[in-house]
Amino acid sequence: MKLNRRSLLKLSAATAAMSTVALPSFAQDIDELVVAYNVNLPSWDPTVGLSAVNPTIQGFYQSVFDLYIPQNPDLSFGSGIITDYGWNDDNTAIWMDVREGVTWHNGDPLSAEDVAWSLSRVANPETGSPIQFIWGNLQNVKADGNRVTADLAGFDPTLFKWMSFLTGYVMPKKYYEEVGAEGFEAAPIGTGPYMVEKFERNAFVRLKANENYWGGAPEFKTVTIKFVADAASRVAEVESGNSHVTLEMPYEEYDRLKGKDGLAGVDTPVSDIGMIFLNDIEVMTDPNVRMAAAHAIDKQTIIDRLLSGYGVAIDTLQTPDYPAYDASIKVPYDPDKAKELLAASGYGTDNPVKFKIQCTKGYKPKDFEMIQAIVGLWRRVGIEAEIEVYEIAKHFELRAADQLAPAAFYNWGNSVGDPTTSTGFAMFGPSPHSVWDGEDTLNAILPLWGEADEAKRIEGWKAVDRRIAENAEVIPLLQYVQPILHDARVKVTPHRSGALLPHLMTRA
Amino acid sequence: MTLLRAILLRLLTTAITLFGVAVIVFVVIRVVPGNPIAMMLPPGATEADILRLETQYGFDKTIPQQFMIWLGGVMQGDFGTSISTRQPVSGLVLSRLPATLELSIVALIIAVTLGGTMALLGTRFRDSKTEGAIDVTAGMALSIPDFLWGLVLILLFGVLWPVFHISGRISPSLDIDFTTNFYLFEALLRLRFDVIADLIGHMVMPALALAIPLAAIIAQLLKQSLKETMHLDYVTLARTKGYGEAKVITREALPNALLPTLTLVGVQFTFLIGGTVIIERLFSYEGLGNMAIDAVINRDLPLIQGIVILFALIFTLVNLAVDMLYVVLNPRLRHA
Repeated sequence: MKLNRRSLLKLSAATAAMSTVALPSFAQDIDELVVAYNVNLPSWDPTVGLSAVNPTIQGFYQSVFDLYIPQNPDLSFGSGIITDYGWNDDNTAIWMDVREGVTWHNGDPLSAEDVAWSLSRVANPETGSPIQFIWGNLQNVKADGNRVTADLAGFDPTLFKWMSFLTGYVMPKKYYEEVGAEGFEAAPIGTGPYMVEKFERNAFVRLKANENYWGGAPEFKTVTIKFVADAASRVAEVESGNSHVTLEMPYEEYDRLKGKDGLAGVDTPVSDIGMIFLNDIEVMTDPNVRMAAAHAIDKQTIIDRLLSGYGVAIDTLQTPDYPAYDASIKVPYDPDKAKELLAASGYGTDNPVKFKIQCTKGYKPKDFEMIQAIVGLWRRVGIEAEIEVYEIAKHFELRAADQLAPAAFYNWGNSVGDPTTSTGFAMFGPSPHSVWDGEDTLNAILPLWGEADEAKRIEGWKAVDRRIAENAEVIPLLQYVQPILHDARVKVTPHRSGALLPHLMTRA
Repeated sequence: MTLLRAILLRLLTTAITLFGVAVIVFVVIRVVPGNPIAMMLPPGATEADILRLETQYGFDKTIPQQFMIWLGGVMQGDFGTSISTRQPVSGLVLSRLPATLELSIVALIIAVTLGGTMALLGTRFRDSKTEGAIDVTAGMALSIPDFLWGLVLILLFGVLWPVFHISGRISPSLDIDFTTNFYLFEALLRLRFDVIADLIGHMVMPALALAIPLAAIIAQLLKQSLKETMHLDYVTLARTKGYGEAKVITREALPNALLPTLTLVGVQFTFLIGGTVIIERLFSYEGLGNMAIDAVINRDLPLIQGIVILFALIFTLVNLAVDMLYVVLNPRLRHA
């Protein structure tokens, strides 16, 4: 083709036409909020199956369904579908008052029957309910007026906290019985702030505001949540204006973009922590080695250098937001003390103690790099650790079988904030999540599972955390900070659980 | 009759291949690290919970027993139930297959068009700066992997000059209910030009990312074949008849030079479909590849098996189709 004025005009016209046709729709005003989310939603039932215990998708569920007892953005407990609750005098039964005037998305009124049915359903293992050790305690769940009562097979002081946690959602009895599991999956309804308008598996979910929401209608009337697994694509989504909000991106990218015209960022510590499991095998049975390993890590420098300062150094498995957090428990960076401890066991830089440390690569921000830095710090005091990279699935398998290496990096989530779901499950030998088998810790934890006096229970966990820190039975590293990048026209209120909740977003 | 026999023979070998793939996949994904039950253990799970889950998903049986149960189901069209979505595997993979097929076919069309054009131009202007430029372009296109092309395209046409959609297959705001999952094909039949434009707006970048390396391969091989053909007697004869160079290339040289390229395109097309795994993830395209990554992350064994079997089936069918096409296009084989 000869290049002349006419052909150039044709080419320009064709390009312009193509651009017009293919141009994404950029809203002047944000009528429809678009969120680029980092994970897919595999299933809509928040109470049974694998997805129900997946912490990363609880934000979807909390947009559509109500927890029995909601958690505020600062992790404190609010008043929700259950407005008041308690135990009887001898802790053998519970009662709960159900909010009146709440409607399901299909217009049916919510009743105490729904709450009783939902609890009975998750208490039945045949439904596929995964949290049996809690809900399995509920027996004879009954509704009378707006009050629900249940007998308890065993007392668990965290029972009501689980009503704000995984699988603690109210489900619609009448609707579910009408449509069945498959029908519910195709057209889920809840009492939450948003209703499901359209759901394309692996692609997006489109939500419509529930104007009758008992907590007040959300500001954005339509919200589309796109599932964008790749971090670079999520960043591009917001940078290009295709999406208004996204989360979980490299901190360097976050720093680069949050100051850009039209964009803003909010970064808050969330309930996820990074830690090193110590398995009491091989050299880790020597307390001097464990303590030296703990004292040789300069957590703050690692956070500053590798995570651009986004992180909070921790010395127990409690974050500062949790009730059992004790600021007085410290495991300071002290390389000289680490050398002394190692010397007491016959180790030094000339004769280093050797063990393996396992870690993921890319599962959490800079996980591998952090372990490389730690191994470097250890080398200076006389610890020679060999890094083994594994997939997260392998970690779960090894942990459940108590076959982790002497040291293994992992991240632990505990949005409910209770010490049982952090120190408890991570350090209690019989738990499949723990690799620490020490009798002393087990005996210290044992009485706390059923402690009814809340103040005494929390103090008990603080004492357990103190002895764990003193003996270096685990090495807590940091509390993660979640970066949320958003259009400057949107005000995002982050939730410390890490759930990105559209109903907490308003126009700036 | 010979052709029919050849097809039947290939179908038989396809069945044997699929069985072999099924056995290997079934065993391998159960041997590699990552126990799906360990992945789904909630906090506070007990030994009894682990046993209950193992029984529920059939992991308490031996691998041969599990395989026989699975194979029995497959014979009746039941590929099991996905662990992560609790949906039938067959329904899930078949619902995503059209997206991957549409993307792959569009990528193939782009690759053939681009590669073919480059080859024809390179032949027409052989031994000139144009051919040099085409060789350099093809070399660059080939040396950069498809996912990197994807990132470059996102930067160029998603962020700097945002003309195409970065993620997804269709805009959520579009008001259309499809009766099939072949969105593009259905939109074309229904003459919904707004939907076609939207679908293409979503498809251009992932399809281009997949197509660019293949286009470079086609360009290099076809140009080489064309250049070799240009020295043959019948091409010289065409020239003596007074045909112009463009006509000599397209009418005389191209049909004969196409055959080796066709075989290569067939093989490369299967690689292209394999490439959709990464590209679909990058562009959040709701196809089989994207689903495969989720299945692997979640250790969703029934879903992984279903996807791999389907991929294997596609690969063998594409190869079969290429072989048949080769026979049809090659007169020497056709009359053998």
